[in-house]
Amino acid sequence: MEPNIVEPDKPATHSGLSPSVPLSNHPLHLSPEYKSTILRSPTRPLMLVPDQMKNLRMPVFGDSCLGALDNDLTKNARKNGEPIGERIKIAGRVLDASGRPLPNVLVEIWQANAAGRYIHKAEIHDAPLDPNFLGAGRLLTDAEGRYSFYTIKPGAYPWGNHYNAWRPNHIHFSVIGPHLDQRLITQMYFPGDPLFAYDPIFQSVPKHARELLIAKFSMDWTEPEFALAYEFNIVLNGRNQTPFE
Amino acid sequence: MTTLPITPSQTVGPFFAYGLTAHQYGYDFNSLVEGELVNPIVHSAELIYVSGQILDGNGQPVSDAMIECWQADGQGQYNTQPIAYPTDQSSFIGFGRLGTGTTRTNQFTFTTIKPGATAPDSAPHINVILFLRGSLRTLYTRLYFADEPEANEQDALLRSVEPERRTTLIATKSKDGHYQFNIRLQGSDETVFFDL
Repeated sequence: MEPNIVEPDKPATHSGLSPSVPLSNHPLHLSPEYKSTILRSPTRPLMLVPDQMKNLRMPVFGDSCLGALDNDLTKNARKNGEPIGERIKIAGRVLDASGRPLPNVLVEIWQANAAGRYIHKAEIHDAPLDPNFLGAGRLLTDAEGRYSFYTIKPGAYPWGNHYNAWRPNHIHFSVIGPHLDQRLITQMYFPGDPLFAYDPIFQSVPKHARELLIAKFSMDWTEPEFALAYEFNIVLNGRNQTPFE
Repeated sequence: MTTLPITPSQTVGPFFAYGLTAHQYGYDFNSLVEGELVNPIVHSAELIYVSGQILDGNGQPVSDAMIECWQADGQGQYNTQPIAYPTDQSSFIGFGRLGTGTTRTNQFTFTTIKPGATAPDSAPHINVILFLRGSLRTLYTRLYFADEPEANEQDALLRSVEPERRTTLIATKSKDGHYQFNIRLQGSDETVFFDL
C-alpha cells in the first residue's frame, strides 16, 4: 500500500470534462501538497486561444551555438580529473503527438551531482560539490529527433517542502519545440525509485501519466565497460489535435 | 493515426540558473540567449527596455522565475535564421531569456525594439513564456504596449479578453523607451494566461 503522504488524484478538480475527453497528462497548476504552488499558480481559468497562436514558429538554433562537449556532462566541466559517480547515458527521441520526429530541437538539461548537491549558489544541502562537475548540458536533436547525453547519475536531495522531504533522483529537461505550444520543461526520473510515493512534484502528475516521466533502462544502449543507458522519449503537442492538447 | 501520450510538465525548480541562464548568474557556462533581443549597437536609435517583476499571491516579487520573450522585428517578421551564439552579430534575434534572481528587486529588463504588427488585426506584442519554482506548467502570456491604443483596440486576441482584465497584458510606459510589465500570478489583477 502506498504511504498516505500525498493525496491521490482528485477527480473533482478535473471536473467539467466529459468522460470521453481524455484527461490532461499535465499536473494541475495548483497542487497544494507541493506547497510553493499555493501562492504561485494562476487561480483564473486560462484563456483559450486560436490555433494560429499555438502554431507560431519558435526560434531555431544553429549547431554553431553549441560547444563540442555540451552534451557530455562528464567532460564539460573538468578541472583536475573526472567527476565522481556512476557514469550513465541518457538517450531518446523528441516527437510530437502524431509520432513525427522533431529535428533541431534545443534540449537543455541540469541536475544535481552524484552526492545530491546542486552547484547553484542558493543550494544549502550539506553534501559535497564536485570540482569536475557542473551538471548542465544541451544539444540539438538530429534529423530523426534523436538525442544522447553522457552524465553522472544524480543523487537524491532533501528539500524544505515538508518534514523529511526528499526529491527522487531526477534530471531537469527544457525543450524548445518548433511551435509556441511545444515549449516544455519537465523532469526525468529513474526506474524503481522508492521516493516516488513521497514526492509531491512527481505525484502532481495525474496517475495515468506518471510513468511517462520515468526513463527505461536500456541494455541495448548500455555501453560495455563504460556506461549504463536509459531511454527517455519526449512527446510534445501535436498539430491541431485538440482532444490531446 | 498514431497518437502518442504527451510528456507531462514539471516545475523548473529553484536551481535552473547554472544551466539555462548561466552567464547572467556568473556560472562558468555560456548562455545561448540572454536579455538582449537585438544587437544594441545596430539598433541604438530605437532601443526599448522592458522591465518588470513576477509577483506571487502575496504581492511579493519572485526571485527564482525565468522569463522568455519571443517577438517579431520592426516589420512584423519573426526571425527564421538560426541563433548562433556566442558571437551572434545578427542585428535582430527576437528571442530572449532572463532569470529574476540577479537584482535586488528581482526585476528583469529586456533590451529590444518595438515589434511591428504581425497581421492587420494584431497590435505590436511580445510573446512571454514564464517558468518558476512553484509552477508545474508552462505559463504563456502576451505583452502589449500602452502607447499603441488604436492598434490595441483592433487586436483580435486582446478584444477576446474580458475588458476589465485587458490591462494586465499592457505594459505601461514609464519614460521614453522604458516599459514596465509586471506579471501577477494571483489576485484581483491576476495576469491573463493562455491555454496552449
